[in-house]
Order: sequence, then C-alpha cells, then structure tokens
Amino acid sequence: MAKDLLKLSGLEIAECIKNTEVSKDEVLSFFRKRIDSIDPRIKSFVEVYSEPVKTLGGSNLAGVPIALKDNICIKGKRISCASRILSSHISVYDATVVKRLKEAGLLIAGTTNMDEFAFGSSTESSCYGPTRNPWDLERVPGGSSGGSAAAVAMRLVPFALGSDTGGSIRQPASFCGVVGFKPTYGRVSRYGLVAFGSSLDQIGPITTNFIDCAYLLNVICGFDEHDSTSSRKDTPDFTQFLRKDIKGLRVGIPKEYFSAGLDREVESALKEAVNIFKKQGAKIVDVSLPHTEYAVATYYIIAPSEASSNLERFDGIRYGMRKDASALIELYKKTRGAGFGDEAKRRILIGTYSLSSGYYQAYYMRAAKVRTLIKKDFEDVFRSVDVILTPTSPAAAFKIGEKTKDPLSMYLSDIYTIPVNLAGICAVSFPCGFTRNNLPIGAQLIGLLTQGLVSNRRQIITIRFPS
Amino acid sequence: MVDKKTVEYVANLARIDIREDQKSRFTDELSRILEYIDKLKELNVESIRPTRGAFTEENVLRPDRQKKKEYYTDILNNAPASEDNHFRVPKVI
Repeated sequence: MAKDLLKLSGLEIAECIKNTEVSKDEVLSFFRKRIDSIDPRIKSFVEVYSEPVKTLGGSNLAGVPIALKDNICIKGKRISCASRILSSHISVYDATVVKRLKEAGLLIAGTTNMDEFAFGSSTESSCYGPTRNPWDLERVPGGSSGGSAAAVAMRLVPFALGSDTGGSIRQPASFCGVVGFKPTYGRVSRYGLVAFGSSLDQIGPITTNFIDCAYLLNVICGFDEHDSTSSRKDTPDFTQFLRKDIKGLRVGIPKEYFSAGLDREVESALKEAVNIFKKQGAKIVDVSLPHTEYAVATYYIIAPSEASSNLERFDGIRYGMRKDASALIELYKKTRGAGFGDEAKRRILIGTYSLSSGYYQAYYMRAAKVRTLIKKDFEDVFRSVDVILTPTSPAAAFKIGEKTKDPLSMYLSDIYTIPVNLAGICAVSFPCGFTRNNLPIGAQLIGLLTQGLVSNRRQIITIRFPS
Repeated sequence: MVDKKTVEYVANLARIDIREDQKSRFTDELSRILEYIDKLKELNVESIRPTRGAFTEENVLRPDRQKKKEYYTDILNNAPASEDNHFRVPKVI
C-alpha cells in the first residue's frame, strides 16, 4: 500500500478512500511518517498537528491531507507568519479557505514555513530559518511559500495552500518542480489571510499536477461576504478547463520575457515547451508587453506601501510579543524594532517613505499610474491570444545565502511573476524541464481576466520527484 | 539620495527602533532600491488614471448592525497584557 500512495495524485487518493481501498487513518499515518522521517532535512513545516483539524463534510477530495502556509488562520491553532512579532498568536477564527477545506473534508495536517510576512523569494527570512530545496539541500525552495512548495515536491502532503502577492506561489512551485496557481484577484477570499499587499494578495493551491489543482480550486474559490474585494462572478467548474483541447489555442510569447537576464537553460526548456504546445495544435503568436521592465519598480512601491499600512497593527498591544516601556510610543518602537526581521523593516521603511508627505505623488501615485499601463498591456495582448506562455523565473533555484546580501537582486528574481499580480489576472507555474544540475525549471501560463485554468488533461511534461 | 537622517525620520514615522549599527546599511540599501525605482520617472503618466487596487468599481456595503462578540476572550487571551476585558497599555496621559 505504502508505495502506491506516493504514485497517486490527491484525487486518486480520495478515490481510494471512497472505495475503501485505503482508510483515512492509513493515508494520514503514511504521510505523517514521511514528514517525520524526511522533513528534518527539508524543514518545510512550522507545525505538524498530532491530530488533523476536524472536518465538517465531504467532497471528491475528502480525506486528502493538506498543509497550509503559516499566514492563514485556523481557529485554535498557532499562526506566526514566520515572524517573532506574532510567534505565540492563536487564531480566533477560521479563514474562509479553511472553512471551505473543512466542509470539503480535507485534512489539515499542519502549517508550512515562509518568508516573514511573505516578504521574500527564498524562505530565508523566516524566523525559523530557511527551508531547503528538496532537489538540492544547499539551495532555496523559492518563496515566500517555500515550505508549501517543498512539502508537496517531497510528497510530504499531496496538497498545500500558499499565498501569492508577487509570485510567492508560482516561483517556489517552479523552483521545486510542482504546480502552483495564482487565481484571478477576488476569486479566493482573503478573509483570514494575514494581509501583506491587499490589492495583490491571493491564496492558491500547490499540487503535483493540473488535475489536483483544478479540483482544489473548486473547493477554495467563490464569493465571500467577509472579503469586500471578493468577486461576485459565478465560479467556473475549473475541471472543465482540463478537458479543453489545446488545438487552435492561441498562445502568446511575449518578447520582453525572453530578453537579457534569462538563463540559457531556462530559455531552451521554454523553447521546448513552446514546441510541445505547437505539436499539440496550439497557435504560437509573438506578442509584446511593453511595460514589463517597469513592473518590479512599480511593485516595490505598491506592495511595501500596502504592507506598511497592514503591519501597523503589530504594535505590541493586541498580538504576540511586547517589549515594555514606560511610554506608549516607546513601547511601539521597541516592540516593532525587536519583533520584525530585516526584510520586514526594509519594506515597512520603503512603504512609509513612499506614502509620506511630500513623496506620495512622486512615488505611490506614479506607481499606481504605471500599474494601469501594465494592466493595459495584458488587456491589449489578450485581444489576440488566449493565454501567454513565459518562464516563471529567470533562473532555477539559487543557493542559500546567495542573494540575502543584495535585496534588489532578490526582488528581480520575481520579474516574470510580478506583472500578473499588478494586473490582477491568474497564472499557473508548471514544471517544464530540468537543468544539467537536476534542478526543476518552471513555465508560467497566464490566463484571461475571468478565465481559470487552461491546460491539457494530459500532463504537458511528466513530473518527476526528488529522491 | 536617502541619507541617515531620512532613515531615522521614516523609522520614527513607522514606529520602529533601528539599531545604530543597522542605520548605515539600511541607508545604503534603501538608496539603491529607490534609485532603481526612479526608473518609473522615464514614463510620462500625466494623463493616466491610477489603479489603486481592487477591481470592484462600486462600494461594498453592509447593514451596520452589532454582532455577537463571540471571540471576545480569545482575542484578549492573545494580547500581551489585558485587564477587566480591556487591553492594558502604559500610561498615556
């Protein structure tokens, strides 16, 4: 039995449970044993629950274990966002996605590591220390949802949820060789997700394949009155896109994503992916997204501005830790000085600066206008194509410590994922090859504003997993 | 472009103590980041409408009714200091 479970998708595991070929407890103890024996080397989990969170219902994914990034509220459980400032906080309510997972009968197995408050692309800024890439323990798993991606890549759980503000689901999925989907803004409720950039954040699934991804999207997507930005549009059945034949599908290849800075091995893997699309009948169209080069600069005004506002609440009064002082302002400063890590401080400072009197017009307002141009680039291109195919990241996973001394170089590793968040559209990263050093390479498929997942039912590239 | 004084000023606005030995590093890093961001000045955006966020154009309203305070104790239990159903803070006045 044990060997088979590893080869099965999440959906297949749920089918086996339904057919009583395997019990929920057996599934749980199988993955639990894997976590216990393997995770000490990867460090993808922050907490593994001795008993999974109680479920309230069933679905075609009932009984499948899932891990959640440590910035999603699960009532009665610890949540830290991998920050010292929140370390002892117990969630007082369930995030809407948690409620939905419980109703669908999925078993929440624990929480996964991340960059502090999701600020980062490597999971190195976690107060628990870095998670390691299962393909090469000297390398980062990507970030900020690095724990979720590493756990799924190593098959410690069939499913995980991450959050994506500038690529935090897709980039780690690409570094770890799994599928990571960033839904259209508003599709998944942000209620109970600790806010980073409220106009950019979305929760999304990390799985080993497209089919599981679609089924999990069906569970977590939908309108929620607790999130004022929640979309009232009907939620599609995401599995319908799996059956879509890609014959005639118009696939845009933006030249700006294949320019200087792109690693040659990633480039050739992408060219191979383009050929596979072509062979299956897709129509390849050269397109241009002219404002791509401004996306990272725009993002690093907008995201830190929103983050600096959202993180005001961590002041030593209502949550987590407090550094005592005789005056209130001193208490705030000491608590925040001791509680936040360097990257959190950096982003709060950038955000506060760009929102401060005298700089607001020059920074925040200008960035908000450039964001309109970036969004318009996509609207223009989607008049002539159905999807856009790009690399997810300019290079495969980098070494632990390689970019920590140079924040800007870390920021630039998200150059291909950030525009999607600024435009509010959906995109999925999927494995499309390996480097000579056996590191996964990811490709990104960017969808329409209101459309969901487009892919062939046949896996485009066979997914391997690390030994 | 950003000097130590600016970092101190912004850190004060953000209510964050920055250690003396970190100030020069933050000054240096923020300068480089803001220098990169200055790229945006290449574009003429005068006539462009800003995208401030969410894509819903209309206001989302709900009736302003009092709800059951079901999380009351749990919320207070998470606070570093509380007393008589209130958050406890140092003397303000």
